[in-house]
Order: sequence, then C-alpha cells, then structure tokens
Amino acid sequence: MSQQDTDYKTFEYDSYTELEQQLLNDFQHEFPLSSQPFFDIARKLGVEPELVIETFENLKSSGAISRVGPVFKPNSIGSSILAALKVPHDQLKETAQMVNSYPEINHNYEREHQFNLWFVVTAENEQKLDFVLDDIEKKSECPLLRLPLLDAYHIDLGFNLK
Amino acid sequence: MPDNNKPVLDETDRRIVEATQAGLPVTARPYHVIAEQLELDPELVMQRIRQLLESGIIRRIGVVPNHYKLGYRANGMTVWDVPDDKIIELGNKIGSLNFVSHCYHRPRHLPDWPYNLFAMVHAHTKEKTNQYIDVIKDILGDSNRQHTVLYSTRILKKTGMRIGNTQ
Repeated sequence: MSQQDTDYKTFEYDSYTELEQQLLNDFQHEFPLSSQPFFDIARKLGVEPELVIETFENLKSSGAISRVGPVFKPNSIGSSILAALKVPHDQLKETAQMVNSYPEINHNYEREHQFNLWFVVTAENEQKLDFVLDDIEKKSECPLLRLPLLDAYHIDLGFNLK
Repeated sequence: MPDNNKPVLDETDRRIVEATQAGLPVTARPYHVIAEQLELDPELVMQRIRQLLESGIIRRIGVVPNHYKLGYRANGMTVWDVPDDKIIELGNKIGSLNFVSHCYHRPRHLPDWPYNLFAMVHAHTKEKTNQYIDVIKDILGDSNRQHTVLYSTRILKKTGMRIGNTQ
C-alpha cells in the first residue's frame, strides 16, 4: 500500500563519493554569499573549483539536489497555507488533477488517512489563498481542512544526511 | 493569519527574491548572473541578500537535498494533540530533534482534526520512523492526548515556491 511513487531511482547517501557527500550534506546552510561561492567551497575542501561546479551540476541533474540557493521563511513573501481534502477513493485521481491545475499549488501529496489529499497553496496574499481554497472546496465537494501555520519551532539548518 | 508583522520588502528585494527562489545558477559567479539578469550591481544584490538573511526572511542559503531521492522513503507527517498552554515548550523540544525537519503549530478543526502540533519525520524505513515516533512520545509524555502518522503514498505535485509577477 505504501509503495512510493518511484519515477526515478533512489540512491543511499553512502553510495555517493566523499566529495558528493560533502556537497550534499555540509553546505545546507552558510553557502557562501561571495563573488565566487563555488570557488570558496573548493578551497575549503581542497579540490579544484571546476570539479565542485561539475559535481553540483551532476547532483542537480540526477535529482539528488533540488536546488542551491536561499530558503525563505514561510509567509514572509506572499502567503501560504497547508490544506487537506477528504476525498472518496474513486474520485481521488480527478480531484488531484483538479487541485494540481492551479498554479498556486506547489506541493500535493496523497497520504494514508481519511483526509487523503494534502497540498500547499502559495499566493501573493491571503485573499488570493482564500479564493483558491474556496474554489477547490466548491469544485471537489469534499470536506476541506485549512491549516495555516501559527508558529514554527524548528531551527532550519537543513537536515543531517549522515 | 495576522498580517501585521509582515516585513516590508521594496521592489528591488522582491525582484531578487523572484530571481532566486528557484535556486542560484551553478556557475562560477552565481550572484553576478542574477545581478546581470536584473540589471543591478552585483554588490547590491549580495548586500540585499545579506540583509534578508539577517532579518530572517531568508532562513538559510544552501543546498536543498531531495531526501526522497537519497533514500529517505518513509517520510511521516506526525501529528499530535497537546495542550495549547504547553505547545511552545513542547514544540521547541520536538523541533530540535535531529530527525525532525519541520515542526509547526497549526489549528485544530474539531471534530475532524484534533491535532495542533505537526512534526515531519524522515527515515529510510517505516520501522525506523516508528522508533523516532516513540522518542517523540516519550518526550511528550502525558501531554500527548492522541496522535497519528500520515505517510505519503504518492507525490502528486512538487514544484518550488512561485510568487512571481505580483503586479
């Protein structure tokens, strides 16, 4: 039942080279804010800058890295909200497609629960969020949970892969 | 949610945010490339990003690994019903665990949804995830009135944040 959607191969962290592991794990925060950040990383690791850039490119194109760049605090630019729908099983596919059709939806997961469709809506402001959610609620004819973030407790330094 | 403590970003900040939210280019001088795209001075771009970092609007600059691709396939959204007057103390404890990537307070919706504390737990196997959940259970003790875990069974859509073209 819990078979994940494996469109692509996954690789254990341990199967990566030492340099790849360092680049994946050690620069999740404090990526240099300097003219030549990859050069700075190369110097720190004692390898050629070209190799660092090439390895990052490979990790990106293989999907091991989603991106390299700033991670923004939620709701500081625009507004976002987590929402969930309780969808009858035989309507899940079409409802998911309907939800995905909104450009404001950037995550949508099927989860094992009576509320089985979980998605994040991001828009310029809260009025726009409400508009999208009202629309989804009406079209789906399913119970909808609106779960805005009230407070965040984690220190976001990335996630230790080791 | 209240809007009153939203930071004020000027037009330059917004353009920098829009140009970088999908990631920096992997090239020798990434901030210069962004500056060129926006027809801004590279020093100004870096200075603005530094200010956004200092003010907390940017939480971090760094590599964003794809956990799923790296073998973390048992990603459970654990949700807990804890007393509201203890949630800050408990949230901070749970949020500091090294296997929790995100820990949030969200509203209950009774009777359908009694949970107010969310913690994302990442592991390679459900067995491991269950061990982690036991750790959280121990920390919460009697404050845990009920809880459940929602595993994702399918990723139906995943794209980066997109706030562009606000005009």
